[in-house]
Amino acid sequence: MVKPSKWGKPLLGDVLVIIFALLFVAYLFKSLWHNEQAAKLQIRLGDKIYATYSLDQNRDINIQGPIGVTRIEIANGKARFASSPCPNQYCVHQGWLNHKGHAAICLPNQVSMELLGGKKPFDSLNY
Amino acid sequence: MTQPSKNKRIEIQTTSDDHHIAKLAAFAIGLHLLEAALPSPLPGVKPGLANIITLFVLYRFDFATAAWVSLLRVFASSLLLGNFLSPTFALSLSGALLSLAALCFAQYLPRRYFSAVTLSLLAAFAHMTGQLLVVRVWLIPNAGVAYLIPIFMVAALVFGVANGLLTNYLLRINPVRLDEDKG
Repeated sequence: MVKPSKWGKPLLGDVLVIIFALLFVAYLFKSLWHNEQAAKLQIRLGDKIYATYSLDQNRDINIQGPIGVTRIEIANGKARFASSPCPNQYCVHQGWLNHKGHAAICLPNQVSMELLGGKKPFDSLNY
Repeated sequence: MTQPSKNKRIEIQTTSDDHHIAKLAAFAIGLHLLEAALPSPLPGVKPGLANIITLFVLYRFDFATAAWVSLLRVFASSLLLGNFLSPTFALSLSGALLSLAALCFAQYLPRRYFSAVTLSLLAAFAHMTGQLLVVRVWLIPNAGVAYLIPIFMVAALVFGVANGLLTNYLLRINPVRLDEDKG
């Protein structure tokens, strides 16, 4: 009689579950790591939405936060923290963001920006 | 001679079950502390070796004992590491609760086709889901964390399978119930 291995043979169900798990992870990568171009920039100050801008037009936005003025720049469909009064400048060093779902935060000045996709159930109309 | 009325001793009646739970929880706490000392590339990515004990208990005892061991491990480890009621503790607890919930259902899968690998994998995914829920709802309430979900899930997949294989191994080299050494 062959002595059974201490590790045992892989069971059918286990193999199927592992395959499903692999597919699930692959699906997560596909759906969450998209390279979709962003269409809008949403800026938050504290816990409120400060403003939402389209990335189509270049502009500079100056936001007065608790410790000073943060400048956010939109240019060529991208956005960045151009300058910030915070001590460590993490937000500025994140550089340009242009993909949907990307976000940058300046915690000391409580300003954050998040890029949104173009597809939204509602759209605002400006006259 | 001591007067029984003067100094009443409070004796806690312990059953052999309590001893097993305590012993196994101590194993799990040891593994948890060992793991806390390991450096991790990303906060939240850990092997979760203590789950091996939870699974082992689930197979050798029952679900209730496994739940006891798992939750005792979470509380006692957080006290030892000094992060009781901190975000780390909340992550640990939510992960443990969700993985127990997953095991609660997964334990009824036919043993002929599903070994500890499946249970461990499901528990690892549930654990990660629990942690990510806390992160999303409480710690980082914006969508930025979604970017890291695939990485966390890959870690859950790898460590889930590895822990499951280790549990299978442990179950094979310990074919008898542990309650032989009754006190």
